[in-house]
Formats: sequence, C-alpha cells, structure tokens
Amino acid sequence: MYILKLYVTGKTVRTERAIYNLYDLCDKYLAGNYQITIVDVLENPELAEEEKILATPTVIRELPLPRRRLVGDLSDVRGVLKALDIPFPSEGIEDESLEQK
Amino acid sequence: MLEKLPTYIEGFDHIANGGLPKGRVTLLSGSAGSAKTVFACNFLAQGVQHGEAGIFVTFEELPEDIRRNMRGFGWDIAQWEAENKWAFVDASYVPDSQVVVGSYDFGGLLARIEHAVRRLNARRLVIDSLSAVFSQFADHGTVRAELLRLTSALKALGVTALVTSERDSEYGAVARHSVEEFVADNVIILRNVLEDEKRRRTIEVLKFRGTSHRKGEFPFTVTPDQGVVVMPLSAIELKQKSSDLRISSGSAQLDQMCGGGFFRDSIILVSGATGTGKTLVATTFLAGGVAQGERCLLFAFEESREQLFRNAIGWNVDFPRMEADGLLRVVAEYPEISGLEDHLLRIKSEISAYRPTRVAIDSLSALERVGTRRGFREFVIDLTSFIKHEEIAGLFTATTPNLLGGTSITEAHISTITDSIILLRYVEYYGEMRRGLTILKMRGSLHDKDIREFTIDGTGMHIGKPFRNVSGILSGQFSYLNKDELDRLTNLFQDDAPDLADR
Repeated sequence: MYILKLYVTGKTVRTERAIYNLYDLCDKYLAGNYQITIVDVLENPELAEEEKILATPTVIRELPLPRRRLVGDLSDVRGVLKALDIPFPSEGIEDESLEQK
Repeated sequence: MLEKLPTYIEGFDHIANGGLPKGRVTLLSGSAGSAKTVFACNFLAQGVQHGEAGIFVTFEELPEDIRRNMRGFGWDIAQWEAENKWAFVDASYVPDSQVVVGSYDFGGLLARIEHAVRRLNARRLVIDSLSAVFSQFADHGTVRAELLRLTSALKALGVTALVTSERDSEYGAVARHSVEEFVADNVIILRNVLEDEKRRRTIEVLKFRGTSHRKGEFPFTVTPDQGVVVMPLSAIELKQKSSDLRISSGSAQLDQMCGGGFFRDSIILVSGATGTGKTLVATTFLAGGVAQGERCLLFAFEESREQLFRNAIGWNVDFPRMEADGLLRVVAEYPEISGLEDHLLRIKSEISAYRPTRVAIDSLSALERVGTRRGFREFVIDLTSFIKHEEIAGLFTATTPNLLGGTSITEAHISTITDSIILLRYVEYYGEMRRGLTILKMRGSLHDKDIREFTIDGTGMHIGKPFRNVSGILSGQFSYLNKDELDRLTNLFQDDAPDLADR
C-alpha cells in the first residue's frame, strides 16, 4: 500500500498538472494499491510547517518506508517511478504526463 | 526620505542614520564566522523587547540549535515563541531523500512565511541564509527566480527584512551566487579580518537606496550581555560642553604651571620614557581628587594592584584607605586579556557604573600592542569622546619608546584631541641624570613654558626651577650653555613691546 501526500499551493496550472500526473501514474502502475491526500498549503500552512515544505508541488511518500520527497509537477515519469521504487514495466513507459510547454 | 526602523542594536542605528530602511529588504553579507546569525537574532530580539514580533526563517541551522546558541545572550527565544512574539519558519535541510521530478516553485515557503507574519502581526523578519538555499536545489536558475519572487513578496507584506548571505572573501564579491541581485536596494557587510595576527570585526553599510548612512567600516564586537555592539566612532559629534571650572592636579606646583589647574572636562596626556614618573603624576592626580572628596577610577595596564599600592605608599598616598572610603576604584588588567573593542566596552561600563569625576589610564600605550594601528586609533578616539561626553577629567599616560626624546604612537594618535600635554623627560645634566617636566599644551589657558626639574621623594612629586643652561631636552640632543651666553639670550628678546601676557 502506497500512502502519498501531495502538497500544492492554490489552484494553479502547476497544481492541476501535478494532481493529474500523480493520479495518472498511480492508476497505471499501482493498480488501486494507493491512497492519495492532497494538501493545499494556502489553506493549511501549519501542515506545511510541520512537514517543512519549501517547494511546491511536493509529494511525500509516507509508506512504504523510508520516507521520500518528490519535488516538482511529476512530469518526469521515469524519475517519479524510480523515486517511488516502482519497477519499470518491461514494455516501456507510456509517457502521457502533462509537461510545461 | 525613506523611513527607517530603529534596530536598537547598540551603535548600529548611528552608522545607519536611524536604522534599517523600513518595509524593505536588506542584505547582510559576510564570510563564515562574521557573526551574521548573531546580528540577525539581535535584530529580532531587540524588536521583541520593543514590542515588535519577529519571524526567523532558517535555511541552515535547526531552530533548536538557534534557541540554544542564543540563550547565552540572555534571549529566551522559546519563551518568546510561547508568547507569540517570535516564530521560526524552519526551512532547514530535511533528512528524507529528495528528488526533483518536474517544475516547481517556492509557493510552500511563501505560504508559510505569510502565515507566520499574519499570525504574529510581525514587523521584523530574518532569512538566514540565502546561500544555503542553493545547496538544497541543483537548479540554480529556478532558485534565483523564486528568491526574487520571495523578496518582492516580503516587500508586499510590509515587514522590515534582514536577509543573510555568505561571501567567500573579505574584500571581493558582495555575496556567493550573486544573491545581491535579488535584494540590491540595501547591503550591509560584516567582516572578520585577520590583521597583524589579530582578529578585527567590522561592519559597513555598503548602500541604502534612497536614504543616507555613514560610510566606511566601523569596528564591532559581540558581548555576552549585549550581543552585537557597534562602535560608531566618527559618528560621535564634537558637541561636548566645555567647562571653565578648574580642578587641582594634586600638585600645587603643577597647578601653578597650568595656570590654575586642569579644566574639569579635559583630557590630559602625560608622556615620557619608562621611569620618568608618569604613574606618579597619575597617582597624584587621583589623590588630589580624593582629597576633594571626588570619586576616582584608575585603569592600570602595566602593573598589578599590589605593585600600584606599594608604589603609592612609597609616595605617601594611601590607596587602600581611599578604596575603603569608596572614593577610589582600581581596575588592574593585562592588556592581552581581550581585544581593544572589549577593553573599550569594559572601560565605558566601569565609568558608567562607578560614575567617577576623574579617570586615569596607566598606560594607554600598553594597549597599543593589543590591536592594529588603525584599531588603536579608533579606540583612542572613541574613548576620549566618551570621557568628554561624560564631562569628567581623564588623564592618560603614554610611554615613549626612546629613553631620550621621541614620541609614542599614542601621542601621534591623540595629541590633537587632548586638551593638555605634559612631557616628562630625562635630562643629562653635567654627567648626572635628572628628570624634567614641561607643559607642551594647555588648551584655553596660558601656561608655564619652562622645562622644570622634576624630583621624586617619599612625599611624592616636586617641581623645581627651570633648566636654564641646557637645551635640546625635548629632542634628547643636549647642549649646554655657559652663563654669559645665557644672559645674552635672556636679554635678546627684551624690548619695549608689551608682554604677551599683558595684552
């Protein structure tokens, strides 16, 4: 079971992109075996203080341990999979993530 | 003119002409160990003590380390946090492994800072240090863009911010990673320079856009009870009141030579080679004060208390009794125990606490070897200004390096700011060594121009007749005149013109 927390700042294009990319990745590679919480730092600054969130978007992988931090809008799919220890699918990565144009 | 926010850091507001530009961001740049964090904490601590809440954004040290390190200055940060007068925004390094997977901004940090400022209604903010942000993120382009956004957000929040950054050398680029580009309006530089094997801390306001400040480097020190203390030196204005009141030098003969004694708020320099009787003149000056019921303070940097007391007894001056009566305080220290800045603070606080009307320093030149030439000059100027400001009499002794003739560095530095200069010299007199005393300068008064014989016995100092037939005493190049020549010279300038004194 993957427990992921996504910290974002307001409803910006970058926020939308990060949310889309995260759900997209998890659907494809974790097949329902995940739980995502989205925290808007503007609404809950004390939660950001607790986790020392500097850059947004940031994903914290709370489980499985060890904790990991992924900074950015998650457009680097290969990087995300590697950081989350998700094995690469043999047929190659379908990269449909949204990237900043 | 831009409004300034007083920092209340001792001496700093003088050189900053009132404080930091209000509502602006000021860069505080310095090399490792230049006291940036202490200065920044001092800024917030003074704010708290004057009713202004402050936010400390730390990129480097952990809040618990800062709380512990600053307790030594008497700043109870944990207490202030509980009272909502101080808050940390902890942006220090996170132990979790971190990877960058796409584009990002510092929205999280910004939101936390804004939240903290609003929660405490903070007026002051510190970011320590910008350089550390660069080590947390590899993409410096994004970091620079985000820091620029951060500093403009601070302006919008209306806080007066102090942002620190590292620099690699004392006299080079303003800061590492050219961070001054984001906060270009105001720049302060802290230096910790090694000069002649001695450490010297200085602070310089490099620029304040749209408002004034003092130029150049000013020395500062960090003390346990006050934190940062800047020595404003030239910022001290020469506006001391001047008094016509005369005080006794302790010797009736010397008073007579000075035209009736020293002025009450004057600085007297007694210069001479070792053994010419400088300590005796200082002792006599203090004993004269005590005899009038005045409080006197002596700083001794050459001899121990015991030695001084024994010497004084030899001249029939009872220091222990004077101390017991509460009219004398003797502070004897080795010059090497601390730097000049700390000596200066110590002397000032002793004077402020004891409130004497006479202060003697024996000798000022012993302090020369503690600091650099420039540092010593600043020390002397600051000290004399302070003493004049207190409207008390100060007598300093200075030891000349040569036994015959010559001047000391001390003399060179302070001769123009002293009101009176007394020279003590050895005089070779037909194969015998005698002592001579002359008054070189007595501001605002006529004085005896002779070089008179100065003798010392069990009752103290005595001033005798002028040396009439020896010349070249001051330079140490003696020549002797016979009686006829002397008479001729004496009569040479006598004519019908009235004497200068009768004008």
